[in-house]
Amino acid sequence: MATAEIELDAGASAHPSTLARFYREHERSIIGGGTLLAVLLIWEGVARSGLVDPLFLSSPIQIVKAGIDLFEGGEIWTHIQVSGSEFLLGYALSVAIGIPLGLATGWYRRLSYLLGPFIDALNAVPRLTLMPIIVIWFGIGIWSKAVVAFLGAVLPILIATNSGVRTSEARYLQVARSFSASELKIFTSIILPGTVPFIFTGLKYGIGRALLGVVVGELYAATAGLGYMIGEAGDTFQTSVVFFGVLIFTATGLVSVGVLDALERRFETWRPKAGAAS
Amino acid sequence: MAVKLEARDIRLEYYQPRTDTRLVALDGVNLTVMDGEFVSIVGPSGCGKTTFLSVVDGLIAATNGRVMVNGRVVSRPGPDRAVVFQDASLLPWRTVERNVVYGLECLGIADAEAKARARKFIDMVGLSGFEHHYPHELSGGMQQRVNLARALVMDPEVLLMDEPFAALDAQTREGMQEELLRIWLQAKKTVLFITHQIDEAIYLSDRVVVFSGRPGRVKEIIEVGMERPRRLTVKREARFHAIEDRIWGLIEEDLKSRIAGDRPPDTPRD
Repeated sequence: MATAEIELDAGASAHPSTLARFYREHERSIIGGGTLLAVLLIWEGVARSGLVDPLFLSSPIQIVKAGIDLFEGGEIWTHIQVSGSEFLLGYALSVAIGIPLGLATGWYRRLSYLLGPFIDALNAVPRLTLMPIIVIWFGIGIWSKAVVAFLGAVLPILIATNSGVRTSEARYLQVARSFSASELKIFTSIILPGTVPFIFTGLKYGIGRALLGVVVGELYAATAGLGYMIGEAGDTFQTSVVFFGVLIFTATGLVSVGVLDALERRFETWRPKAGAAS
Repeated sequence: MAVKLEARDIRLEYYQPRTDTRLVALDGVNLTVMDGEFVSIVGPSGCGKTTFLSVVDGLIAATNGRVMVNGRVVSRPGPDRAVVFQDASLLPWRTVERNVVYGLECLGIADAEAKARARKFIDMVGLSGFEHHYPHELSGGMQQRVNLARALVMDPEVLLMDEPFAALDAQTREGMQEELLRIWLQAKKTVLFITHQIDEAIYLSDRVVVFSGRPGRVKEIIEVGMERPRRLTVKREARFHAIEDRIWGLIEEDLKSRIAGDRPPDTPRD
């Protein structure tokens, strides 16, 4: 009996209908995309019904229209260029400093004693409280925003890298020592590969923090940039423009994290595919 | 036959800061292993057998006593000894081949030569065709074969094996024991093998060293004296059972006296 049932079951799953198979293969996109579409439709419907003042809510179509107007007006290119430079400068700097410093403080105990208090303090302070000083030091041009973005992103990258080094698995270190590996060899063959996933976690988290730095910095003091544009639009009740600005930031964040994900997958071919619970 | 490995009067104390006491993990361990001999150490868990292996490898420095390989005192890891680790401890980001050449890499041996040497031992442990697989793509038994090849490729004077089959299921373990004897005959290595499985120790070894725990010391050394090559069926013979009973008796004695002595169970893991 039992065998017959198992065979029956196997037969059923071997030839599912085309539609069912399509659904199973794309379940994630269908559920995710469907929900997103539903929210947009409800939003548009509510806005059109006149239940809520469009000044508060805008609507998906109006946001798209505002976007088209902005690009036709041409001024938005300047904002994108300014915000983009600030983001890229700040993020690049935080990667260039965060990863090496994270590796070094994880590896050299005394260096972590030396820098620990500063890192902890900087991590504890809400970085935005430093905004006035940063503006005094770096002006209201792109550098002050790049610095805020840097301060936001460098700590997650540094701390994640540091803990990656410190949680290196003892048994791999023991293997290396047993084979008389040099300190340099231990670092490159055991520590570094084990830290890569941690670095990527920090890098992805850093993206959001750098974007946050750019927006808030521009809201606080700037003469151009998408944050500045959002602030201006908010002051003049151009809800659609505000939403469009938010959309650009969201898209930038998603794309950046997507690029990092793809990069991580290339680094991590050795890792078992896991965590895909259905 | 020449003496290959000698441990003399090994004593190891740990300082425990929390209780401000000194814990004696090993106390006066003496052991001699002859060239080409297969010697196992068995004992209750926590008796310090794995700790002893780490001292022989040089990963842990003994408080007293010395370890000699070919009459030379050794105090840190070196290419004359290679360890087959308990959990295979393969580097997960390296393929089978890259794992096997790891020790040679550490010695600075050129890549082409290292790979050529690795090929021979990957073949010996029966993993040809799996050179470019990652550890997670292998079964537990296959991972232990890589672990073994990684040690053998070093061409060590002494092979130190730390409960390498403990995590395998019973059937795989028996298969691996048979495999190991085949490889041992082929590679002609001196082996010091740690296990808590008495039948495994008898089946594999020329001599079985019974450890007693807390502090770890040699309680008795038993000559197995069974002809080679051995087949797994030897485990069902009366003479095999006789040795098994004797070793069981020794370990039981030790466990009983420990319970009677009521010592605190704070010994580090063996």
